[in-house]
Amino acid sequence: MADLRCDVGGIRAPNPFWLASAPPTDKEYNVRRALEAGWGGVVWKTLGEDPPVVNVSSRYGAVSHNGQRMAGFNNIELITDRPLATNIAEIKRIKRDFPDRAIVVSLMVPCVEESWRAILPIVEDTGCDGIELNFGCPHGMSERNMGSAVGQVPEYVEMVTRWCKQNTRMPVIVKLTPNITNILHPARAAWKGGADAVSLINTIQSVVAVDLDAMTPLPSVDGQGTHGGYCGPAVKPIALRMLGDIARDPTMRGLPISGMGGVSSWRDAAEFIAMGASGVQVCTAAMHHGFRIVSEMIDGLNNWMDAKGYADIASFRGLANRNYVQWGDLNLNFHTIAHIDQDLCISCGKCHVACEDTSHQSIAKLPGRRYEVIDEECVGCNLCAHVCPVDDCITMVPQPATQERMVWRQHPNHPENAAVVAPEAAI
Amino acid sequence: MDGDRIRGGRLDQCGYAVAFSDAHPALTPTQARVEAERCYYCYDAPCIEACPTGIDIPGFIARIADGNLRGSAETILRSNIFGGSCARVCPTEILCEQACVRTAQENKPVVIGALQRHATDWQMRTGSQPFRRAPTTGRRVAVVGAGPAGLACAHRLAMHGHEVVVFEAKAKGGGLNEYGIAAYKLPDEFAQRELEFILGVGGIEVRHGQKLGEQVTLAALRAEYDAVFLGVGQGAVRALSLPAAGASAAGDAASLAGVLDAVDFIRALRQAEDKATVPVGDRVVVIGGGNTAVDAAMQAKRLGAAEVTIAYRRGPEHMSATGFEQDWARTSNIRIRYWSVPIALHGADGTVTGIEFETAGGARELEPADMVLKAVGQLFDPEPFGEILAISGGRIAVDSEGRTSLPMVYAGGDCTAGNDLTVVAVAEGRDAAEAIHRALTNAPATLPADATTAAPRPVRGMEKMANG
Repeated sequence: MADLRCDVGGIRAPNPFWLASAPPTDKEYNVRRALEAGWGGVVWKTLGEDPPVVNVSSRYGAVSHNGQRMAGFNNIELITDRPLATNIAEIKRIKRDFPDRAIVVSLMVPCVEESWRAILPIVEDTGCDGIELNFGCPHGMSERNMGSAVGQVPEYVEMVTRWCKQNTRMPVIVKLTPNITNILHPARAAWKGGADAVSLINTIQSVVAVDLDAMTPLPSVDGQGTHGGYCGPAVKPIALRMLGDIARDPTMRGLPISGMGGVSSWRDAAEFIAMGASGVQVCTAAMHHGFRIVSEMIDGLNNWMDAKGYADIASFRGLANRNYVQWGDLNLNFHTIAHIDQDLCISCGKCHVACEDTSHQSIAKLPGRRYEVIDEECVGCNLCAHVCPVDDCITMVPQPATQERMVWRQHPNHPENAAVVAPEAAI
Repeated sequence: MDGDRIRGGRLDQCGYAVAFSDAHPALTPTQARVEAERCYYCYDAPCIEACPTGIDIPGFIARIADGNLRGSAETILRSNIFGGSCARVCPTEILCEQACVRTAQENKPVVIGALQRHATDWQMRTGSQPFRRAPTTGRRVAVVGAGPAGLACAHRLAMHGHEVVVFEAKAKGGGLNEYGIAAYKLPDEFAQRELEFILGVGGIEVRHGQKLGEQVTLAALRAEYDAVFLGVGQGAVRALSLPAAGASAAGDAASLAGVLDAVDFIRALRQAEDKATVPVGDRVVVIGGGNTAVDAAMQAKRLGAAEVTIAYRRGPEHMSATGFEQDWARTSNIRIRYWSVPIALHGADGTVTGIEFETAGGARELEPADMVLKAVGQLFDPEPFGEILAISGGRIAVDSEGRTSLPMVYAGGDCTAGNDLTVVAVAEGRDAAEAIHRALTNAPATLPADATTAAPRPVRGMEKMANG
């Protein structure tokens, strides 16, 4: 049995699966059910100043892809629409009843120090384990100069983080918005402001779909739509990239990361941790299936760690990040070639047409619907293996190295190297 | 004689309604979408090759998944105007669904037939025509037989702008779809509704009560029309002459009451408005191994027969009824006895009482029966054609274009060689129409690009998408 305990910037939990600040953590009833189901922690849905915001109806949009419901998910809900005192009382009760879990409170107040100075002691009084600064919400709140409006300005991120660090003893997690050109800038600002950890990604600005009958962007509110925040399995690759960028940045070495964005299974969580996260946060998967999914997540992660011999989270945290490099550091002399297992092939022809139409014409169609790789033509792009509907039918076979490792800087075509060659070539 | 052993009214009205309702109900929109999404959209898809009419199966399925039912139906009907009935009667388990790569992968093909029905049902519900005719050519073609071959030919000719007159011997069109297919495969007057849809394209006149060799002759048709297509099917049944034995051995076994041709039994059943009027025995034995034998047995059972047995002279692997049909019969409590060669009919008081078989080991066994249905095969009857038309293998000889030995006389369907399937008849009728069209006009073989009705329509058929 692996040790699943996690520590994110000094906030400890019995397992790395936390519920993200979102509708599932809106109030005591939901949070109690979640913690009873086994979640390692929760980030309480963002608190703000009274009077509370007002939410609209409807609030969610979703992308179904090829039978997969909620492959992508989007919301236009705002922060908590309940009075501060109500939330505070509930958080206090929850922390009292679940002392071993990570109870983190998400906060969003106007970008003035007084507002933060006022709310921090109230939150601290609940006995919660830390706060998460919501600099990510991309809709509704951002138009009020909060949420991602702050998160998109590194100077504000640093300033507010510092205010919080100066006015509370609680660990401070800064939640980052992906709606920015370079995630490193706000992350470094948080680090400079003294953040104990960053969490990412918040949702991505999105219009999830258009109702072609009503001609309304979705979700529709009385025949009109607005952009919302996109999340769910579809955003996981974006999250992994941003998380990886921060985790490998030498100027932020040691900054703990709470990873989120499409985490739906233990495998997703393991990938986030391997890319550098100390723990993960989940929302869409819980909204899709209910809180009990955490038992499969815990069980799956535990069994995988046991099988791999990882005793605890730290044992594999960041292992993939070491191999996350710039394109220019990739070995240009590595070659892999597709191989089709003819015994498994069902002759659907998808590899052939994909390669023929859109790649390198390296899969031949032979009589009897037999498809074979033309080794000399194959560039090892993987497309055929991705389109093949049969597991393990097409595998990519790394070829024995015939030349020394060479990166782009060393390649003759690199502009700096080409300069030497050019005069001769011009003759 | 116990006359009560062969009687109708074995079930109450509700029982008949259940027994002869749709054997395979339509997919719900959700089922259709889920199933459509299982299709891999193969390149050079094996299912297309396996379809005698060459329907673009991945294309029509992708359109279902897309919520484009109008486009899906058009894709099907462009290749096969009988797409609706073929969706219901095709032995898909030996055609497209056998070839489906998911059969190879997991022995669970995409249910292509059911999806085809889903799309074509949409077309039938709208009552609209997916195609429009080319401008009138002034050419006239006679089609003999209003079955799938004849009507497929007539429809394609009409689309090309030719005027078509269909000569049909029977009171109704549709051929075996109307008279020969098991009732539970084409319930709710589907054959007639589809016929109406096909004729809706315009330019086709059907004249009933016109039997070739009687009311109309081939010579007269050739004289009056620019071309003739023969889609007359198989008018005769193979004889099974068995001696009579037993208590009233004297006389002809064929005249024993309770001995019928299966096709007559099915025809009567299909045409009976009230199934309660169709008599069936307590114990029914069907002789034969084809789909007609299974259809007859299944329907005897559904009429309320207590015991139904299919007796086939050889083994299961030799039966021309597909494995699916055999399994379906067995799960419907029909016994199939293999290696049973019929030797003699037994009768008493002019009524059949049993049938004697020789089994594989040479032993004789008497199978009690008060109804014997003969389903040992149908035959083409060359009689009306005299000696003017070349016959090959007992059927009308045609070349790859569907041409007979007579100039401008074409033929297709069950009266020519090949698999006796609706879908094959449709392909042959359609292809003969193209050949006739080429011969009449020297025109290219394919449909004009603008044959599809281009007028935009309101949202019908464009199902709301998942985000709706």
